[in-house]
Amino acid sequence: MKKQKAVIGLEMHCELKSNSKVFSGARNSYNETPNANIAPVDMAFPGTLPVVNKKCVADALKMSMALNCTQPEYMYFDRKNYYYPDLPKGYQITQMESPVGINGHIEIEVGDKLVPVDIHDIHLEEDAASLDHYFDTSTIDYNRAGVPLLELVTEPCLHSAEEAVAFLEHMRDVYKYCDVSEADTKKGQIRCDVNISIMDEDATEFGTRVEVKNVNSFGGVYDAINYEIKRQSALKEAGRYNEVEQETRRWDEESGTTIHMRSKVDAIDYKYFVEPNLPKFKITKEWLEELRKEIPRLHLERKYDYINNYGLSNYDATILVKEKNVADYFEECLNLGIDAKVASNWITTQVLGYTNKYEVNIQDIYLTPKRLKDLTDLIKDGTISSKQAKEIFFKVIEEAKEVKEFISKDNAQISDKEELTKIIEEIINNNLNQVNEYRNGKTNLFDYFVGQVMKNTRGKANPVLTKEILNDKLKG
Amino acid sequence: MYMEKSISELHDLLKSGKATSKELIKESLVKSHEVQEKYNAFVTICDDAKDTPVTDELVSGIPFGVKDNYSTKDVLSTGSSNTLKNYVPFYTATVVEKLFNKGAVMVNKTVLDEFGMGGTGTTGHTGIVKNPWDPKRMCAGSSAGSACAVAAGVYPYALGSDTGDSIRKPAAFCGIVGYKPTYGMLSRYGLFPFASSLDHCGVLTRSVGDAAIVVDAMKGKDSHDMTSWDSSNINLTKSLTGEVKGKKLFYIKEIANIDNYPHASKELREHLENFHHILDKFRNLGVEIDEVSIDQTLLNAIPAVYVVLSCAEATSNMSNLTGIIFGPRGKSDKITEMMKEHRTNGFSPLIKRRFVIGSYILQKENQERYFKNAARVRRLIVDKMKELFKTYDGLILPVSSGPAKYFNEGDDAIDENTNVLEEHLQIGNFGGFPSITIPDGFINNLPVGINITGNCYDDANVLNLAYALEGTMNYKGQIAKEVE
Repeated sequence: MKKQKAVIGLEMHCELKSNSKVFSGARNSYNETPNANIAPVDMAFPGTLPVVNKKCVADALKMSMALNCTQPEYMYFDRKNYYYPDLPKGYQITQMESPVGINGHIEIEVGDKLVPVDIHDIHLEEDAASLDHYFDTSTIDYNRAGVPLLELVTEPCLHSAEEAVAFLEHMRDVYKYCDVSEADTKKGQIRCDVNISIMDEDATEFGTRVEVKNVNSFGGVYDAINYEIKRQSALKEAGRYNEVEQETRRWDEESGTTIHMRSKVDAIDYKYFVEPNLPKFKITKEWLEELRKEIPRLHLERKYDYINNYGLSNYDATILVKEKNVADYFEECLNLGIDAKVASNWITTQVLGYTNKYEVNIQDIYLTPKRLKDLTDLIKDGTISSKQAKEIFFKVIEEAKEVKEFISKDNAQISDKEELTKIIEEIINNNLNQVNEYRNGKTNLFDYFVGQVMKNTRGKANPVLTKEILNDKLKG
Repeated sequence: MYMEKSISELHDLLKSGKATSKELIKESLVKSHEVQEKYNAFVTICDDAKDTPVTDELVSGIPFGVKDNYSTKDVLSTGSSNTLKNYVPFYTATVVEKLFNKGAVMVNKTVLDEFGMGGTGTTGHTGIVKNPWDPKRMCAGSSAGSACAVAAGVYPYALGSDTGDSIRKPAAFCGIVGYKPTYGMLSRYGLFPFASSLDHCGVLTRSVGDAAIVVDAMKGKDSHDMTSWDSSNINLTKSLTGEVKGKKLFYIKEIANIDNYPHASKELREHLENFHHILDKFRNLGVEIDEVSIDQTLLNAIPAVYVVLSCAEATSNMSNLTGIIFGPRGKSDKITEMMKEHRTNGFSPLIKRRFVIGSYILQKENQERYFKNAARVRRLIVDKMKELFKTYDGLILPVSSGPAKYFNEGDDAIDENTNVLEEHLQIGNFGGFPSITIPDGFINNLPVGINITGNCYDDANVLNLAYALEGTMNYKGQIAKEVE
């Protein structure tokens, strides 16, 4: 059999952040208590009408622009009709004819390569209720009914599980950067459908496409894709490729397999038509421009900026751009004039070490970029040692005081050459045996002398200066 | 009888202390039970209705009726369907709430054709509604109960809804006024939907003046209905000056010219002759009325366009009726069977037929041919009307092909020639145009009606024209009297 190539397209659903739901006034927030966040329209009581949430439309348009999509001149919605117990109205309000974005394209990073991804469309819709099944009964929780969802559909342009997951991770970061979603898979805020086919590597025609529905974790996407590639390839190798049918399957996490749901012939006709209760409205250029200004510089752009223009390592830059708050903190440090590498070192080790340990937001700690600047300045001019700086770092945060509060005569570094020379001369006089040994070639005794100086000064001697003077004196 | 008076007359009586809200309600309730006994117009009679203080609001203290497809908090709201036969909502429709806030008193909920689908008043789950002029005849529908009750003098007004002609046709058959304002002038929040893009709230009264008063009290932009609009600059009641000199109207030759009906029945002939006679009266007021010819093909398409669009939207709108959240739940432990049972037992055959049509039309392979083409033809018809409204203040036409029909005549037995004559009021729904029917005479002692339809947002003008025309005739405020 010829070498096979996988062709993958993704449908990524992501819940948006907002105060109220996309078509109702009920709260949009995760709630453990079932049916606590509901309005009459969420349960489709007769006579209720949808009212579109402008903030959700704005966020959807922002994402459309962030993905370099084309935005429609007029916004309107369509009904997707089907019966299911989690769908109170018997239809979902979504966008079919005129989505918020079409024909987008972005680049994602897969390993150390940049891979282009084409976006078919991105559209705004409402989530369904959630069902819980018990051994003899099922319950419906309408908290999720009407929660805003952005569905993003890629072209079939990805070729491996790695690429697919890299795309999803990239998008998760974009959503978080733009602050339109928490994009938390653990809360079920991201859900995917995956389309997979295989073809001979040199072929031009796609193979038979299989859709795997409702994959709710990135790990699941990875495993489902690899499982399908393996399954389809095995059938092809066995000369039974005709058994691969155009069908919908579902990912079964427990068995790690995909299971047949329905064939193409049983595909549901969703009978789309325009939602008459939401009048179509014009999306003005002015509004789009306003929204465009709210889109921050995204993580990949920042990362390459840090590497190429500030000389950071790929490793450090990756850590810095992972969260927008951290990248913003770093950039604020740069603006204040802290050396990029110094700032990067402090943030990736001390600052993130602290925020991760205590699970606090970098934006909320008392050590602001301005205070970090004070701290690093003191190291630079030799007032304090790095070791002291680390202690002060914690004190500033814990006691919420300015850096200078922790600099006193007692703990200030001894950087006065004369004073230090006096101390060193005394040590040399008290250790003449060692001085002789050193001068006879036992050079590793140098550290012994440094140790003595530090002991004598309770660690406050400027280490650079100490070494300089010691070198000079020990030469004899 | 207080309840045979107009709203402004009642308001004066209440204000001057010659009558009390309590007396009005008592009379209205007694009358409700009589009318229920004779004509079966109500799903619910609110025997516990309480009087309200009389204020400067014209509707304060005065009883009214509500079609049973409006959501009314704590009061059974069935849509005249078995699917909602025990449904008691926990919220009140915006327009009803507005009347409540102004002190109006709801005394009953009126029967309709199930969910407004049907034009006979015979498909409600509580049985057929009889015409108060002749109980062997229908009221037409779907606002059958409301039309019947207003005509019978239960109260001065009742709310209706109109998707094809559901206010304006029963008004004609019952000899009263039926008015649906421009789409969106009245919020639809709380009106059980039939076909959302065609659905209008409206009112049935015995005078144009009362119609203006009630709509003035109900209109306004509603944050719950995105299709509603701000009409605070419009005061319909104050617009009724009767001054119509120089106004221009047109009628459609293909619909109203007697020459189109070579085999016309005696009733149809009389109806059309009367129509032209009334036009002459109107001309005497200085109104210019032209005959305009419109492509017959376009006119012939009206009923088909209506069926396609309304059935398609209805199918989707009524997908919430599964018995899972409200309504009687099916007994099966399989969810699809549960929903099937609810819908199979709940809906009447007529509705089921419309759902089948609607589903067929919306199927992927049929959408272009039926649904999208119907939408295009709708646009053509509306554009044609809007073009004419540049020249004319409104369209004036006779309603139906004569007076109310016998029950056994059925709604489907429409002779091809009169098809457009029966269905032309749907133009008003296609365009969301303000449209009002008023009584314009009698045939065989049964009332017939005439309709004026104008351009969107031009309600004040349309109502004033109807008001002036009403003044040339003697049917204002008439109460149904059984004939024979």
